Amino acid sequence: MAAVQETVDRVRRIDVDQYRYGFETLIESDKAPKGLSEDTVRFISAKKSEPAWMLEWRLEAYRRWLTMTEPTWARVNYPKIDYQDLYYYSAPKPKKQVASLDEIDPEILKTYEKLGIPLREVEVLEGVVRPEGERRIAVDAVFDSVSVATTFQKELKQAGVIFMPISEAIREHPELVKKYLGTVVPTSDNYFATLNSAVFSDGSFVYVPPGVRCPMELSTYFRINERNTGQFERTLIIADKGAYVSYLEGCTAPQRDENQLHAAVVELVTLDDAEIKYSTVQNWYPGNSEGIGGIYNFVTKRGDCRGNNSKISWTQVETGSAITWKYPSCILRGDNSRGEFYSIAISNGHQQVDSGTKMIHLGKNTTSRIISKGIAAGVSQNTYRGLVTAHRKATGARNFTACDSLLIGDKCGAHTVPYVEAKNSSALFEHEATTSKISEDVLFYCVQRGLSQEEAVGLVVNGFVKDVLQQLPMEFAVEAQKLISISLEGSVG
Amino acid sequence: MTALLEVKDLKVRVEDNEILHGLSLTVNPGEIHAIMGPNGSGKSTLSHVIAGKPGYEVTGGEILFRGEDLLEMSPDERAAKGVFLAFQYPVEIPGVATMNFLRTALNAQRKARGESEFSTPDFLKKVREVAARLNIPQEMLRRGVNVGFSGGEKKRNEILQMALFEPAVCILDEMDSGLDIDALRVAADGVNALRSPERAMVVITHYQRLLNYIVPDFVHVMSKGRVVKSGGKELALELEASGYAQFEDAA
Repeated sequence: MAAVQETVDRVRRIDVDQYRYGFETLIESDKAPKGLSEDTVRFISAKKSEPAWMLEWRLEAYRRWLTMTEPTWARVNYPKIDYQDLYYYSAPKPKKQVASLDEIDPEILKTYEKLGIPLREVEVLEGVVRPEGERRIAVDAVFDSVSVATTFQKELKQAGVIFMPISEAIREHPELVKKYLGTVVPTSDNYFATLNSAVFSDGSFVYVPPGVRCPMELSTYFRINERNTGQFERTLIIADKGAYVSYLEGCTAPQRDENQLHAAVVELVTLDDAEIKYSTVQNWYPGNSEGIGGIYNFVTKRGDCRGNNSKISWTQVETGSAITWKYPSCILRGDNSRGEFYSIAISNGHQQVDSGTKMIHLGKNTTSRIISKGIAAGVSQNTYRGLVTAHRKATGARNFTACDSLLIGDKCGAHTVPYVEAKNSSALFEHEATTSKISEDVLFYCVQRGLSQEEAVGLVVNGFVKDVLQQLPMEFAVEAQKLISISLEGSVG
Repeated sequence: MTALLEVKDLKVRVEDNEILHGLSLTVNPGEIHAIMGPNGSGKSTLSHVIAGKPGYEVTGGEILFRGEDLLEMSPDERAAKGVFLAFQYPVEIPGVATMNFLRTALNAQRKARGESEFSTPDFLKKVREVAARLNIPQEMLRRGVNVGFSGGEKKRNEILQMALFEPAVCILDEMDSGLDIDALRVAADGVNALRSPERAMVVITHYQRLLNYIVPDFVHVMSKGRVVKSGGKELALELEASGYAQFEDAA
């Protein structure tokens, strides 16, 4: 049997059934009644003790959503979602009022421990097992619909950085939330974003004041635990003039037979000379090897380079979800602003990925760069869909796009759908695309040098995605590298 | 004495064509064997089957390595046991730094043999030493494996790995193809430096030229999937003068 065939067979056997985060935490939860109505929206808003303006904002979104239809243009197939058969709010039932981390339900803390997310900053601070030079990361942990813990609050406060659950920010910093919420992804933007606007329950809020370089990486960790529950988180990050922040997002969910909906919205705003670096390692449950279960990941992520000389950089490693529908984009409004999109999308088993980016050049001398690496194995379908556009006034707009696809086996598909529009004659757009199969000769070369078949595939794939891995913060890059090997080989390391 | 490598009456087919029709070859430690023959005589097939490349079906005979059945082992097991194939066309692996590749491979082999992995400083020291001997600049080791390497650089990279892994049997598949005379001399010097009483080499080539630099103990002429004549190094010179045609009929 040919080497590639062996690899393909092995990948087919193990793949997604080896999902490591598929455990469930047994915990009592507080849920909204099943189904979606104005009452559900009011229930969520009341749970969060929101001001009246926020409820109004949600209701408006809900009413608009009723008039919209689900988009069908993506290259993904799934049975119709019954939106009345979902829970829209689920919170772990607090045993008592939580004042510090010690009072959080130990079951939840255990869950995050299992996931390898350090919530106990004491341990981190006192350096129990802390390799030298390791950077500290402030974590906001979101469990189903609510944020359960945010670490390093004090230290961030000293720097003037606001990092808190968005539900708290709505109460404590209404002026900032009002000013920015929905200005990048309006409530009317698209079906899933509108749904999110109506029912979002939590997520992270970050504000970095002028001239401040955020002293540590910020991170949010999303976990869906409850059955039949959608997760609709909302993240809003603002880097004021000359500010800088690096933000990381991670996600997992238990292994279940039914499909679960995840419809998040992320909005980023950079003012003059500011920079946001947003990194995601998405590892939602992808379903089993038969294609049963898994998360539907319908996410709207967009950044607005509102100020001159500002920069937004998206880096994503997508390995999970049954369906991924996600296009982290940049609106390059400020002159000389810059947008970047670095993506690794891996699909295996029955996964379907339709992901890419939009770079919308509005300001003068704006530049963007897109590096997309798609890897398809099993019977998965992997699509890159991208839009690069220069508007009339975007003199000197420049874009460079490189889309590379790697196929493992002969039952998967890779597709590239680039849209390019230049309405300004001075725009300079470059597009490169390649599709290749993992070659038998390369694998044989590696095994002749002593690598096992699995190690060889891992090595070749990691080489393929190297340009993107380099964009991730160090800790994340190591994590991502492991994750890539696992999702393709099952060599649980 | 057990031979290092013993090929006995080997029959190999690819799809419906039998390529090797009962080939035998015995290689003892310290020996250098040259295998010569025209295109299509089965030279490369032999090297691939010894190394365990997929796609070949062994229909008869056996290959013993130190008395063990080599055909039962996976290609990576064979590598760990000390079988090394220097490829005629070494592949490129973009994004994987040569240095990283060398370390991953070396440690995989050591692990398979139950030896401890090299520490980073020890490994670096070893690579630098070997690279310097082969005239391989450090910059080349930072580049992707064989990416943008010239023909000569690719071959030197093969010899670098050979020197690093210290295999028991080295099979050199058409090492001279695509090399000019200077590059050939550098590569041959690298190979000669690895000659030792414990190590054997099988040098596969079309031309006698290579054998001026790597002087063999035995020369075998292959034609149509068999060894048709064996002799000392003078056989190579004889071939150079009279060509392969005389053997075509013998086969």
